[in-house]
Parts: sequence; structure tokens; C-alpha cells
Amino acid sequence: MARRTLPILKQLCARSPSLSPGLGSTRSVTYMPRPGDGAPRPVTLIAGDGIGPLVTGAVEQVMDAMHAPVYFERFECNGEMKSVPPEVMDSIKKNKVCLKGGLMTPVGGGVSSLNVQLRKELDLFASLVICFNLPGLPTRHENVDIVVIRENTEGEYAGLEHEVVPGVVESLKVITKFCSERVAKYAFEYAYLNNRKTVTAVHKANIMKLADGLFLESCREVASNYPSIKYNEIIVDNCCMQLVSKPEQFDVMVTPNLYGNLVANTAAGIAGGTGVMPGGNVGADHAIFEQGASAGNVGNQKLVEQKKANPVALLLSSAMMLRHLQFPSFADRLETAVKRVISEGKFMTKDLGGTSTTQEVVDAVIANLD
Amino acid sequence: MIMASQIVRRLLRSQQANSPARVSSLLLGRTFSTESNPIVATLFPGDGIGPEIAESVKQVFRAADVPIEWEEHYVGKEIDPRTQSFLTWESLESVRRNKVGLKGPMATPIGKGHRSLNLTLRKELNLYANVRPCYSLPGYKTRYDDVDLVTIRENTEGEYSGLEHQVVRGVVESIKIITRQASLRVAEYAFHYATAHGRARVSAIHKANIMQKTDGLFLKCCREVAEKYPEITYEEVVIDNCCMMLVKNPALFDVLVMPNLYGDIISDLCAGLIGGLGLTPSCNIGEGGIALAEAVHGSAPDIAGKNMANPTALLLSAVTMLRHLELHDKADRIQEAILKTIAEGKYRTGDLGGTSTTTEFTKAICDQL
Repeated sequence: MARRTLPILKQLCARSPSLSPGLGSTRSVTYMPRPGDGAPRPVTLIAGDGIGPLVTGAVEQVMDAMHAPVYFERFECNGEMKSVPPEVMDSIKKNKVCLKGGLMTPVGGGVSSLNVQLRKELDLFASLVICFNLPGLPTRHENVDIVVIRENTEGEYAGLEHEVVPGVVESLKVITKFCSERVAKYAFEYAYLNNRKTVTAVHKANIMKLADGLFLESCREVASNYPSIKYNEIIVDNCCMQLVSKPEQFDVMVTPNLYGNLVANTAAGIAGGTGVMPGGNVGADHAIFEQGASAGNVGNQKLVEQKKANPVALLLSSAMMLRHLQFPSFADRLETAVKRVISEGKFMTKDLGGTSTTQEVVDAVIANLD
Repeated sequence: MIMASQIVRRLLRSQQANSPARVSSLLLGRTFSTESNPIVATLFPGDGIGPEIAESVKQVFRAADVPIEWEEHYVGKEIDPRTQSFLTWESLESVRRNKVGLKGPMATPIGKGHRSLNLTLRKELNLYANVRPCYSLPGYKTRYDDVDLVTIRENTEGEYSGLEHQVVRGVVESIKIITRQASLRVAEYAFHYATAHGRARVSAIHKANIMQKTDGLFLKCCREVAEKYPEITYEEVVIDNCCMMLVKNPALFDVLVMPNLYGDIISDLCAGLIGGLGLTPSCNIGEGGIALAEAVHGSAPDIAGKNMANPTALLLSAVTMLRHLELHDKADRIQEAILKTIAEGKYRTGDLGGTSTTTEFTKAICDQL
């Protein structure tokens, strides 16, 4: 049932913003939950650094206001730690779902990124960033509706570097058939389940013939199992150029690790910025929801002090989480409220061109919940 | 000759404050022109629409009285055993001798047993930096109106070293190499370019939070060079933030210096911001002060010979070449003429939405001069 409302919701939002006030009354008539589905589910909550506590606090407030059947197990974790504390890992393994503010990675500090560590240990092999135009948010590009699915465990982020001789450093980029295949399968499955028409593989196989060639081979094999979904390939530099000039041609994009990072951030930027785009990391057993693109960007000190961080991205990610936990009606209510706040345009944070604080946006969302 | 020596003295004085011997040798590697001493430059018209747009460039330069003499070279039909490619040894020697060149689009012939043409040029001439000035063309409306940045990309190593191998079936490794020497070289050039063209800020783009040693080394080299140029602001930006900021507000950036892969992607992204590869100039800098300006678009065989091609990219690249030669007033005049012609909108080629032919467009530019 969630699969039906999401495309309908998106179409209605995209086509006629004037309809959005009436959207709250759209309800899926044919939904039959199993007895006991309403029991509150535990979700691990990692506040993170910088603006993390601010925006996760926003999510907690909204969940409270909605009386959503989730309760959060909060854990302290910050980017300075050498590794993720074991109690956090145990909690995530038990709950299977986690909501996370950004974890900062010190640049060149010799500490491996905690975001990457979490993904590797929990084997969250696909990272999704959902980029779409929000009605009411003026951007330079229209008709943006892109989902970037990025391989999350290997590629350039394998972390295998060494100094050959002083002044010469090597970094290994590892591509395996196993990982490429499973992320390609996930991408096509996502497209199939969400009624998406095209999957585009992003690569640089004209230069890195073996590595990206292997990735493409895996994608082509999986594509042959989904004949109803169109599959094409595009070189990453051409892809970025097309994204800034004609973003409407892209639908679902599947990429290896590094290109995915760039493409996701570019797509998020053209659709409204990383402050509003939701995303998450998913594996076979676990899922972590966080701000879509640029999860390592935790804002600057001024943003934290003035409390002007944008909670919209994490709120939309938590709506994704509610659907993942199979609470579609709560997810719809939350998404509708957020979209209404954005389309009214009265409460927007600095990165969207307004002057509100985080708290004001949260209050507006709570007021718009029906 | 007196003028030449005065220019040399002035340049030496201005460079003394901040550059090591390497930069002055970069500058002095070129010849300075006087009225009676035209500079000889190599011209590779290339394939497809190449000859037509090269002709445009020659016409505009003649109309502007630019003291350049062109030495034309064509790609051969057979593989030259001395260079292992279709480019002859004479062509490469000509560029090495003249130190400046202009290259049109070249289609790499399909087949084996030879190196790609671009790769040959890059390796033989040791072209280590690719410079793309990207600025919005007034009058050609894209979604971005205030772009004015320069991307400088390291062109020899990084992820494009071509070192890949299959470890076991289904597992492939590709090696990214960063060396101190190459990073210092490109950082030096970036800061020298910023000083020579009056740019205020240089941003190094990296992903050193994940690739700590490789991009870390690149950043260290950039920082070292930055200390020698205290009047230029230096900052470091992580590449994902950079992409996002570029599509939201490109006016935030001035000069960008990057390793190979990021440079490839970002420079194409910036080309997309201003209207595509058909309008973007590009220049490759090599050891010993060699500058090879080129048009980065394809050879468009479908419109070759039909007088429909847009010579803007090659013209603007030729302007970049003039700036490298310090012929700033000529460069400014030609650039202004091009921008005015496009802004007026009366003569525009097909890809910009107009109906003019290449010759009409060229004539309009010559008239503006």
C-alpha cells in the first residue's frame, strides 16, 4: 500500500502545488495491518556532531507530537572517537533500524571515518539519496526526480593506502563482482518496486577499463533480468554536465562509491540542497537513515550556535524510516506536513533563503500535522 | 628587442617577490614578440569540423593584427614508428620548438597498435596541467549567469595512471598514484596563474577525510605552495561540498586546483554550467613553458564541411593561448568581440539557437574588432 501512495503523492505534489492543502485528506482506503503491528518499535538514535543533535532533536519532537509507534534509544557518538562504541553497534544490530545525525570526520587526521566504519561493519551496501523538487522551493532546475543508488562498501573508499617511497603514495580502488552485482540488483529492484522507468549506470570505463568495466558488466547482467526497465550507461563527466543542464532525463542512477558521492551531491544541489534531500543506507539486515547527501557535513559552529540548521532532510528521512518500519500512514502525515511548510514558505532556514531557526520550522511542521 | 628586455625586467621584478627559479624559467621559456618578430605557433586543425574552425581562428587573428605565424600540422594516415601513433615526430618537435600550439578536435582512429592521440600529446610533451577558464557568456542564457571560475586539473597521474589488474576472478584493483613532485608542479602553476591573472582565491578540492594519505599529500603540497603566495587566499574544500556549492552558487569559487579524476568531473561540470563543451576554452600546460590550447569538443563528423560549426570554443582557447603569451590587450579585444557578437544575438550558429554559418559568425566577430 505504501508503494501505491508514494508515486501518487509525488505526482500530485509535482503537478499541482495548489492541491497540497487538500492532500492531508487523501487516505489509502484499503489497508489491513496485522494484529500487533502497532506495538512501538525501538530505533537507535545517534545524535552525531555539530548540527546533528539539533536536527535529531527536531525529529524526536515531531515523532512525539504524532504519537508515532517508535521510541528512540539514544546513544552518544561523535566523530572524534576512534571507532563506533560496541554498545551502539549492539543496539543497531538488535533494533535493525537506526536514525543518525551526521558524524564529522576530521580531515587528514589518521582517524578513519565513522560513517564509513558503520557502513562496512553492518554491510550497508547501498546508499540512497532521493532528490526531487519540492513545490515552493525555488531552484534553477525543474522536473528533478532522481534517486541515486551508490555502492557503499568498496571502490575508492576501501581505505587501502600506503606510501611507496617518500613523496609517492598509492591508493587502491577495489571493485568486486559480488558487491557490484548486489548493488545493481538493489537498484533494479528499487526501480521495479517503485514503478521507475530507467536505470542509468554511471562509470568511467573508457579510462578505468577493468575496474569500471567489471561494474558495468554486473549491471548489464542484472539488467537482462528486468526487461521492462530501460537500462543505459553514461560516463561520469558527461553525467555531471547533463545533470546541470538537463536533469529531467535521469531516473534511477546506480554508481560505484566515489562517483556516487559526487553525483548524489550534484543531484541534491540542483534539487534544493543537501539540507532537504532525504537518504539512507541499507543492507540485507540493517538500515540507517540520515541526511541524504553529504552526511559528513555537520555544518559550522555558527549554525550550531544560532540553531539555524535545516531539519527538513532528516524529517523526510525519518518519514522514509517510518515506511521502512511499515507505518505508512504516519509517514504520509509527516511528509505532507513538511511539504506544506515548504510550499507555504513562511518558515525556512538560511540555506533555503529564509531566516527561521530550527525550532520554528519544527513548530510549523507540528502545527501542520493532521 | 628593447621592449622585450623591458618586459623581461618588469616580469622578473614582479616575480622576485614570490616565486622560485622554476616559475621564471616557465615564463622565460617563451619568446616575446615585437612588431617585426612574429611568434610561431603550431596549429593542428584536426578532423571533422576542425579545419573550418581553425580557418575562423586564422581570420580573426589576421583581422586583429595578432603577431602570430601559424605552422600547420596534420595527423598522418600511417603510424609514425618514432611516436607510436598517427602524430608525426615533426609535429611534436614543432610544438616543442615553438612552445605554443592550438589544437582542434581530433578523432582517435579505432584500432589497435597505437596510442590515442591525446595520450601521445600528453606523454610526449609532458602536459601536466589542464586549465579551463569557465565564464558565463553574456547573451547566451543558461541557468547560471554569474560563473567566473578557472579549473586547473593535474593531468598526468592520480586515478588515471592506467594501472589496473585482476587480483582473482571477480576482483579488480585500480591504483591511484599521487606524487609530491606532480602535486607541487600543478599547485605552483595554479598559484602562478592566479597571480598572473589577478585572481584572489585558490581552492584545493580533495577527499582527504576518506583518502587520507593520497589526497592528504596533495593538500600538503598545495599548502606549501600557498605559503609562498601570501596575498592569495587559499582554502580547501571537500569534493562533495564543492559539487553542491557549484550547482547552487558558482560565484563562490575562483580558481580550483584538483587531482586528475576530480578535475575531470568538476571541469566538465563547470563546462555544463556555462553552456557545454562547445563553448569552453581549454589549455594544457607542459614542462618548459609549453602551452597547447585546445577545443575539447568532438570533431562532429556529421556537420563537417557544411559551414555550420561553432568556432567559439577554439576561438576562446586561442584567446587563452594569447593570455599565456602575455599578449593581454589583443586577447581582451578578441574576447570582447566574441562576447559582443554572441550577446547581440544576430549571428549565432545552430548549436546556440541561431541560423548563421561559420563564416558569417567569423565575419561578425572581425567586424566587431
